[in-house]
Amino acid sequence: MRRLHVDLRSGLALVGTLLALLSIAFVVPIVTALLYGGEDLWVFVVSMVGTAGFGLLLRRLDPNPTPGAREAFFVVAFTWLFAAIFGALPYVLAGTGAIAHPVNALFESMSGFTTTGATVMETISVEEHSHAIMLWRQLTQWLGGMGIIVLAVAILSQLAVGGAQLMEAETPGPGVSKLTPHIAETARVLWLAYIGFTLVYIALLYGLHLTGYAPEMDAYNAIAHGFTTLPTGGFSPEADSMAAFSPAVQWLVIPFMFIAGVNFVLWWHMLAGDRTALLDDTEFRFYLGAVTAMTLVLAAVLAVTASDVGPETGLESSLRHAAFQVVSLTNSTGYASVDFDGWSGPAKALLLFVMFLGGSTGSTGGGIKMLRWLVILKSLRREVFTSIHPEAVRPVRMNGQVLDEDAIRGIYAFTLLYVAIFLVGILLLAVDTARIGYDIGTIDLVSASIATLGNIGPGFGVVGPMAGYGDFPESSKLLMILYMWIGRLELFPVLVLLTRAYWRS
Amino acid sequence: MRVIVVGAGEVGRSIAANLESSHDVVVVDRDGETVEELTYALDVLAIQGDGTKLETLRQAGLDDAGLVIACTDDDESNVVICGAAKANGDTFTIARVRRRTLLETWTGSEGAFGVDFMVCTDLLTAQTIFRISGLPAAHDVKMFAGGLVRMAEFEIGPNSPVAGQTVQEADQYDSLTFAALFREDRMIVATGDTHIRSGDRVVVIGSPDSVTGFADDIVCTHDTDADEVVIVGASEIGFQTAREFEEHGFNPRLIEQDHDRARECAEALPNTMVMENDATDAEFLAREHVDEADIVVAALDGDEKNLLVSLLARRLGVDRTVAVIENLEYAELFETVGIDVAINPREVTAEEIIRFTRNDHTEKIAMVEHDRAEVIEIEVGPESVLAGREIATATNDLPDGVVIGAISRGGRLVTPRGTTVVRPGDHVIVFVDSAVLDEVSRVI
Repeated sequence: MRRLHVDLRSGLALVGTLLALLSIAFVVPIVTALLYGGEDLWVFVVSMVGTAGFGLLLRRLDPNPTPGAREAFFVVAFTWLFAAIFGALPYVLAGTGAIAHPVNALFESMSGFTTTGATVMETISVEEHSHAIMLWRQLTQWLGGMGIIVLAVAILSQLAVGGAQLMEAETPGPGVSKLTPHIAETARVLWLAYIGFTLVYIALLYGLHLTGYAPEMDAYNAIAHGFTTLPTGGFSPEADSMAAFSPAVQWLVIPFMFIAGVNFVLWWHMLAGDRTALLDDTEFRFYLGAVTAMTLVLAAVLAVTASDVGPETGLESSLRHAAFQVVSLTNSTGYASVDFDGWSGPAKALLLFVMFLGGSTGSTGGGIKMLRWLVILKSLRREVFTSIHPEAVRPVRMNGQVLDEDAIRGIYAFTLLYVAIFLVGILLLAVDTARIGYDIGTIDLVSASIATLGNIGPGFGVVGPMAGYGDFPESSKLLMILYMWIGRLELFPVLVLLTRAYWRS
Repeated sequence: MRVIVVGAGEVGRSIAANLESSHDVVVVDRDGETVEELTYALDVLAIQGDGTKLETLRQAGLDDAGLVIACTDDDESNVVICGAAKANGDTFTIARVRRRTLLETWTGSEGAFGVDFMVCTDLLTAQTIFRISGLPAAHDVKMFAGGLVRMAEFEIGPNSPVAGQTVQEADQYDSLTFAALFREDRMIVATGDTHIRSGDRVVVIGSPDSVTGFADDIVCTHDTDADEVVIVGASEIGFQTAREFEEHGFNPRLIEQDHDRARECAEALPNTMVMENDATDAEFLAREHVDEADIVVAALDGDEKNLLVSLLARRLGVDRTVAVIENLEYAELFETVGIDVAINPREVTAEEIIRFTRNDHTEKIAMVEHDRAEVIEIEVGPESVLAGREIATATNDLPDGVVIGAISRGGRLVTPRGTTVVRPGDHVIVFVDSAVLDEVSRVI
């Protein structure tokens, strides 16, 4: 047998280091458990020790790991897989409800870390599950939002050199932009902006509670939702998602979901004093324009189809629900301010459309992303132009910068592959559900494929915002776990691991 | 004054020939035959040697030289020669370069490389081509004092809010000076109660922000489709010409045969339509309606090709053809066979350096309205009529047709008002009627 050309020991050792680092996160549910009478305390202590122990054990494979460019894919993909596996431990150990089953637990955990927000829980409530478990579920999304690797690069000095490579493989969108000469500083800057927004958001949510605009938004809920909005996550400890809260809360959530879908590099420039950074950015304008346009179209459709928008009626509520759902599903958050599954066909078709857009590059959102669509539109326009003037040489520009033709080809390839994987997902889910005779609608299947691949969360019908993925056969759940995984890492870091060429020379 | 000219190519030779009667000219060249020939052809001292060697420069009389002109065909050598001359003597240095990036670096960092004045051959040629193209610019923008100050010329449309206002009413900007108005072919120096009419061209000087703000406010609508410019050949001159037209609000077309060069130009020129084809392909020219162009500039490498392209354009019915000619002797010949203008880059460069040398080292930053007036940047010396005086009183001693547009003091912009006191060492950006230019550069 020929030798592997991937330094497995080095890679695994680094994965181990990252896992050990991640185990620190269990402190949050441990503290929560202590605050709420010690329920499930042992679960998290065991999980923490288990994760840290396994991580440190892996780390001993190579005391001084020096993973190269090739190992980067491996390290990133497996860090996420292991994070999901160990993140599932508490669900299994706690042994409550559907998520006690290992496959369901892994589904819930992967859905958390990848900020998908798809759930297999039967009863979403702090009555059924402990406060600690429900908060852990929220926290996984917050950790996954800005990225485990980015966090590690920010903290671990040993990643100073290879860090850029790792971040590149993890960060949504093509390319990583270094803000500072040191990659660790860039990673810190991104996390600081992320933490800053989260804190402000939690404070505002709780502020609404204190001023009486949001009776249900107590400190626990404010923190829990603070953990899942900025990462475009979508988990909520409330079964009714955001529909459980007052209009004031929903109006506050909309801008913060929007913020989460913007490139965090731009926020950093804004905070650093460059006031025009946002509006100067083509992708941001495109994102803003797309969201605004779709909101207006959806609001109009809701008005015309006279669909049952929600419990309330009137202009304010249809505008609010249109904006909420459009922002939430465009950038892959997956909150719902109303059970949109009850909307008319045309309204749901619009929502399905925006699911394919995605957030901005460098944001915490999933999906195909605004930048890619923008590049595709621009290069298609060039195709039209050069068919009229065959000799014209037209570079495609983005923000005044010329885009490399290879980069454009890469974007085409990514988008096509993404759509292909989405279509194959429909096929596989259809066959698998038919196999066990599970009664599921067409749009339900279609939306399940994109909602997991795009890290969105809710779809329509059986996977609607107030329903879940619990009734799928286990084989389908495993497929969707894979989809969430490759979707979060933007296909290639995981897919290359499946090729022979990666492992051999 | 002793003038050392390094490099006896066409540029050096024309400069030497022009200055031989009024100055003591020493020419340095590496080629023995050229030196030999020059000794008899011109009334100058010709020395054989490498100008980048200090010894050679000393031999040429660097110690008491008042001016060193480095005009070899190599950019780096020219810069090195100037740097060495500056470090070893109190002399004024002029460098000729081809690459625009060097010029930009020099402009952005005052006194860099020990060069006092830099002439960029390709840019100068491009500017000359643009100027003689005779197309009306929507806005003529020039930057100086290292980008701190901007001069711009705008045409006032009938719907412009400032049409009908006086200069005083229109001047709503902190750091903007109205220099002059051009009405048909009259020039009017702007005073507070001058009325602005539609159709006037106004010249303003000020900070980049205020000039841009003014441009936005007066809403100059320029029909870019009206003037079709076609440049054939993306040689460095062709590229700079396209850029020059682009900077003046045109959308030129640039035809280049080489794939990589075409792509490179397309990347650098966002408002130029670059086409990859052979410009002698008549079918292609007809399909792209090159015959409707107002002007065709032939800037290929090779005089013969430029002749061919120009003649082809002429036959297609193009109004005006300009050809770049390297060989001086061809120029006249070209013009007799029907090409409107033949431009020789070396000649243009030599003229610029000679003009600069003659004009007492004032830098001609911008020509306004094709030579009617100029905007110049002058450092105020202690003897100047401006030094230590308020502008309102000092201007009495200046001839008519002079407006102080801006003052650059230690890297900061000072907007001149009546009570502003000019200090020695300030750089003043002055709008000057060409008729009084000599007088002004003498007294300031």
